[in-house]
Amino acid sequence: MSNDFRIDGGMVDRNQPLTFKFNNKTLHGFHGDTLASALLANGERLVGRSFKYHRPRGIFSAGSEEPNALVQLRSGAYQEPNTRATTAELFDGLTATSQNHRGPLGFDVMSVTDLLSPFIGAGFYYKTFMWPAAFWEKIYEPVIRASAGLGALSMQEDPDKYDKGFLHCDLLITGAGPSGLAAALAAGRAGARVILADEDFELGGRLNAESHEIAGMSGRDWVTQTRIELSSMDNVRILPRTTVWGAFDHGIYGALERKTDHLPHAGDKPRQVLWRIYTKRAMICGGATERSIAFANNDRPGIMLAGSIRAYANRWAVATGKQVAIFTNNDSGWQTAAELAALGVNITAIIDPRDIPAPMHISGASIAMGTSVCNTAGRKQLHRITLTNGQTLNADCLGVSGGWSPNVHLTCHQRGRPVWNDNIAGFVPGGDLPVGQTIAGASNGDMTLSAALKSGHKSANAAIKSLGFTPSRAQAPRAADEPFAIKQFWHVTGHKARAWVDLQNDVTTKDIKQSQAEGFRAVEHLKRYTTLGMATDQGKTSNILGLAVMAEATGKTIPETGTTIFRPPYSPVAIGAFGGRERGQHFHPTRLTPSHKWATEQGAEFVEVGNWLRAQWFHRAGDKSWRDSVDREVIKTRKSVGVCDVSTLGKIDIKGADAAAFLNKIYSNPFAKVPVGRVRYGLMLREDGICYDDGTTARMSENHFVMTTTTANAVLVYRNMEFARQCLFPDMDVHLISTTDQWAQFAVAGPKSRDVIAKLADDIDVSNDGFPFMACADVTVCGGTPARLFRISFSGEIAYELAVPARFGDALIREIMAAGAEHDITPYGVEALNVMRIEKGHVTGAELDGRITAFNINMDGMVNKKKDSIGSTLSQRELMIADDQVRLVGIKIVDKSDTLTAGAHLIAPDTAPTTQNDLGWISSVCYSPHFDQHIGLGFLKAGNAKHGDIIRAWDGVRGTDVDVEITSPHMYDPEGGLQRG
Amino acid sequence: MIINHPLLGPRDANEFIHLGDASLINRPDGMADDAAEKFHDYLYLRDNPAGEYRELWYHDAGDRSWLVVTRNTLTHEISSVEMARDVARKQGRSK
Amino acid sequence: MRYSALSILKQGLTGNKSWKPVWREPEPKKSYDYIIVGGGGHGLATAHYLAKVFKGKNIAVLERGWIGSGNIGRNTTIVRSNYLLDGNQPFYEMSVKLWEGLEQDLNYNAMMSQRGILNLAHSDGQRDDYARRGNAMLMSGADAELLDRDAIQKMCPFLKFDDERFPIKAGLLQRRAGTARHDAVAWGFARSADQHGVDIIQNCEVTGFQIKNGKCIGVETSRGPIKANKTAVCVAGSSSRVMAHAGMRLPIESHVLQAFVSEGLKPTIPGVVTYGAGHLYISQSDKGGLVFGGDIDGYNTYAQRGGMPVVEDVCAGAMSIMPMVGRARVLRMWGGVMDMSMDGSPFIDKTHIDGLYFNGGWCYGGFKATPASGYCYAHLLATDTPHEHATDFRLDRFMRGNIIDEKGVGAQPNLH
Repeated sequence: MSNDFRIDGGMVDRNQPLTFKFNNKTLHGFHGDTLASALLANGERLVGRSFKYHRPRGIFSAGSEEPNALVQLRSGAYQEPNTRATTAELFDGLTATSQNHRGPLGFDVMSVTDLLSPFIGAGFYYKTFMWPAAFWEKIYEPVIRASAGLGALSMQEDPDKYDKGFLHCDLLITGAGPSGLAAALAAGRAGARVILADEDFELGGRLNAESHEIAGMSGRDWVTQTRIELSSMDNVRILPRTTVWGAFDHGIYGALERKTDHLPHAGDKPRQVLWRIYTKRAMICGGATERSIAFANNDRPGIMLAGSIRAYANRWAVATGKQVAIFTNNDSGWQTAAELAALGVNITAIIDPRDIPAPMHISGASIAMGTSVCNTAGRKQLHRITLTNGQTLNADCLGVSGGWSPNVHLTCHQRGRPVWNDNIAGFVPGGDLPVGQTIAGASNGDMTLSAALKSGHKSANAAIKSLGFTPSRAQAPRAADEPFAIKQFWHVTGHKARAWVDLQNDVTTKDIKQSQAEGFRAVEHLKRYTTLGMATDQGKTSNILGLAVMAEATGKTIPETGTTIFRPPYSPVAIGAFGGRERGQHFHPTRLTPSHKWATEQGAEFVEVGNWLRAQWFHRAGDKSWRDSVDREVIKTRKSVGVCDVSTLGKIDIKGADAAAFLNKIYSNPFAKVPVGRVRYGLMLREDGICYDDGTTARMSENHFVMTTTTANAVLVYRNMEFARQCLFPDMDVHLISTTDQWAQFAVAGPKSRDVIAKLADDIDVSNDGFPFMACADVTVCGGTPARLFRISFSGEIAYELAVPARFGDALIREIMAAGAEHDITPYGVEALNVMRIEKGHVTGAELDGRITAFNINMDGMVNKKKDSIGSTLSQRELMIADDQVRLVGIKIVDKSDTLTAGAHLIAPDTAPTTQNDLGWISSVCYSPHFDQHIGLGFLKAGNAKHGDIIRAWDGVRGTDVDVEITSPHMYDPEGGLQRG
Repeated sequence: MIINHPLLGPRDANEFIHLGDASLINRPDGMADDAAEKFHDYLYLRDNPAGEYRELWYHDAGDRSWLVVTRNTLTHEISSVEMARDVARKQGRSK
Repeated sequence: MRYSALSILKQGLTGNKSWKPVWREPEPKKSYDYIIVGGGGHGLATAHYLAKVFKGKNIAVLERGWIGSGNIGRNTTIVRSNYLLDGNQPFYEMSVKLWEGLEQDLNYNAMMSQRGILNLAHSDGQRDDYARRGNAMLMSGADAELLDRDAIQKMCPFLKFDDERFPIKAGLLQRRAGTARHDAVAWGFARSADQHGVDIIQNCEVTGFQIKNGKCIGVETSRGPIKANKTAVCVAGSSSRVMAHAGMRLPIESHVLQAFVSEGLKPTIPGVVTYGAGHLYISQSDKGGLVFGGDIDGYNTYAQRGGMPVVEDVCAGAMSIMPMVGRARVLRMWGGVMDMSMDGSPFIDKTHIDGLYFNGGWCYGGFKATPASGYCYAHLLATDTPHEHATDFRLDRFMRGNIIDEKGVGAQPNLH
């Protein structure tokens, strides 16, 4: 295999060789590699193109901060755009392709934009593409959109599963580097419930990238020993491959665990798990991220962060070049040089802008102090660097270290602002951390090993002590402090070529200076105008550098310039993971009525009503269309008898000595004196006087009422009644319970309904005298089954509603069908129900749309002015009861061959359909078999006075315009004699 | 957020539904002469403070209690949670 | 400096050295004819129209932080006029018409992109509601189309059309709707206002009003007192805090609305799509990020951040209606403070204090209103009469019962 750049050592398992493909080229790596380390081992330098100028780019870092090496991972429906090669674990058979180029990666035709760079700098698009106006959508924008974007989605349904979970702990430790591990040891030994999470698949953090010693052993051995000890503790849960991405209120943290991303196939397992972690205390041990220095052409493949070069060498046994140069303003760059040299890698030069004696001697390397790199050469692969002293050196890899920025991200999610620390040249957390959060290690500015271990140990002990645990007597692990000295040096000036700050979004120092010149000087203006830090890496390696360049340009200090706001997530989280299992049929729960199984047997077509599925109609042999089914159901019900499952209506049991008085507050019409054994129609207003809900409420006994609400409002009405009970009338003796799911309820309607009920009900006189219209009673049916019987009618026929405990619902519907067989009883669905209620002029949610008053539906008489019920006062505001307000009317088609459509607006004959001429709208329509034509309900300005008028129903979006006659809404049996019969 | 329910202990705020200002407990007398104006102010006008705020939450996915939560609208810190019924009674509401 | 392809060419050839600040940074004067409190989208638009169209002179915009730092800088950029009610729709249609000519008016490319908005309907009732709304749109002079399932599938084949929990039954399409580059809108209005002589003063917080004998004669600021004949407040999420300085309580609560953007992707979604059975609206920016959001979190707050449940709910909606976005990643989530009014509709009105004007209550829909809000507010300031398309946006409408409640949920801001 051609792992030409593989060296000795490292943490890859040479016994597990893996094969993978990049841009269809077969390559080889080992278990333990990332895609990036394997690509580097194979000598693959050019891995992507930048966002704007399509510059050739190579791997820049070794972690989640990577700006350049974004690939499309996997293929087909599993294709995953913008995946960082630096965090993708290598698995056998992995496929990846580079993205954001037209033509092959090596010959991207879009790189022509690089030549146009003088004309397409910061914000150029705000100044042009304006003429002619229509060209934006037709020409300019499609071109911009096609060339923008990074990777592509497959456009196929994501085939993977995602899970969600909830965890609770005393102490969440984010980051399993030296400080995090020391913290976990301290808290774990004291018995606290600890969760230790790290985004990497190996614990250890920078210890895996370095050659440190801890407690007399190698850092790596100490990590192994620590992991074994922690794993043995029942109170410690270790979550590798888990990114804590957000800090939310009250100690809640969001985390994403990648369960199977490192496997060729997820199998039945979830791809990822989104954890919501409830913490008493949280420690951020997130380490620090190295940043670059701006100099001309500092973006070429082969130019990398110096600390990452060290990581590739120590952890993955990869030399990132044959001739490595280092450009550093701090001691950690020298560390890279020393360790690479020790591993046998050729170090050509170390360039350090500091005017100090060279910190060390590296054999074979030329050392240039007080000097900088001022230009580079090599379009697809670095091959030469030029120094400010005029020297030119050959190098195929340049390690750059501009210093390390503490990872303060999670400390700032609740608008905390970090503060500048001159000693480390970085922002450290300010005093306003989220409640319960502490911070340790490099993310707190403790940049050396011993300091990190000590701060992790100490902070963990302080955190658990505040929770009442007694810290163990163990000391913090011992280690030496490596040298860490830095000069604030950001930008090599004096060269004309572009110097990159944000590699991914192609923001250069020139852009920042132009932004300053054009007045975009506030740090947020800078970000928004130049797009600095807005790429997929959110500026992890570039933001501080950008601020520093801006500060230079404006003559301000970095702390005066400030940072932009840190927002979750710390690193991007798949939409699928946020969605979890709530997709497809599981997006919302599905509620089934007690007769669902029976209705399925009966050939019902179902329709979604909120979360419910209700029978829409029942198909019978001979029905040629849904209309045939509905017409048949209506006709048979009106002629004989029909049955409909109305269990979805909200049902609320109301009990207590003050139940009647309570209902008298809730309903706008009087309820105090409803006789026992009677049902009353009730109109419920919101406090703002708008109709909220309507339904019937039955007084089963002196202190017991049973209320029905509409299906849609069942939950809301109950909540509002609880509000009234607990908050407005707290001393009323009344108790509420929702029983919607506890009762199966069937409407039995039609002239023969009495016969059917008589057969079913035990020992009750259902004659019109014995059980008149609006009667109710607790009864038994079918020989002892408890039931409630109401004589109420939505259809306008003699009708009953019969309720039994839900578990008897399926049996009851079969009994009703059997009892009605002699009358050829028909089941009917919500369509037929709707037809009959429109014929009858009853309102539903289509009319009561949250803007309609009792006045609008001609029920102003039901708002009793002699009592103080909810909504009664505000229902009487001047413009709500003005004469020109809309009123509920019936609508009949003039030419019976026309159809009516709901949503049509009403306008006068010979007027144009304009807002000024708008007289109202049609809210409900149906074909009425009774009237043999389309009819509807609607709202018309001053409609009460317009019965008999002929006007127009204009439906522009459906292209119809028909003459209609305005009528009373009560079209079928307006006197109501039938239902009382 | 986490709401420390007086009866049930700490619960995720996601179990609750937020209504609004706790002043909604102080429903005016609908039979008073100036009821229209009082109801307008009661239902529509808000202090909407930036800082400590007393508000009503309903334990929808729980015991269906209405709670009065005192919460800071700048920091989201919750300083007290009371049963709304107790608050209402203390404020003189009865039947 | 006039912007054009030529100016870019010229600058590019000469090293981009002569670009001038887009707006001046003047010191505040002692007194102005008009002070606009709030340098957000609406405040800057008001300044632009007041100076350019209504020929107002001696105008200042006072901004507490940096201009555009409020909701104009953190929204989902949707522009549309697909409202139902007479009090709203003509106003928003006026706004869309202003958007359509905005770039030429401002000489600034705000990237108004009319790629359409499609509201999906999932029941017969919802379809009929959309028909009613579409007709109201047509009657106001806007465009609207009611699409059936087949037409939607043709237009958006990436939506889920099989095994759906809530089947797509219809959709309301407004082709002239779309998105604009939100920050650029603020900058374009600022640049034009500045060129018409308006003083834009950043880092100048209004801390009080000078009210004498029932008349507002100026403001107190963090940079000293400033006199004004007319003071126009336009501060969105801070409305209650600022108007409290004048002793006013408003029919407004402040709530957080979160929004989300994904990593950049090649073109995925053509226009704006809203899901009628969940809480989701989604579009794709010119840079390639999917921009999406849903409901407000639902509790009063002035903190510009929300919680996890909303992002989970919104993403569940996305996975339900377009499960091909599952492997796209959420890059950034943020929150803005919304001035949620009691009926979900805004105010552009005089106050009971002479010389003090108020514009607010835009809820989470202020962005699309930016040009018309500025225009109508400028009209009110210049003429002391409401613009014909903003006659219903009055502070006394709840007292009189002229409620403009598009959602039909009543006096509960977190439901709008």
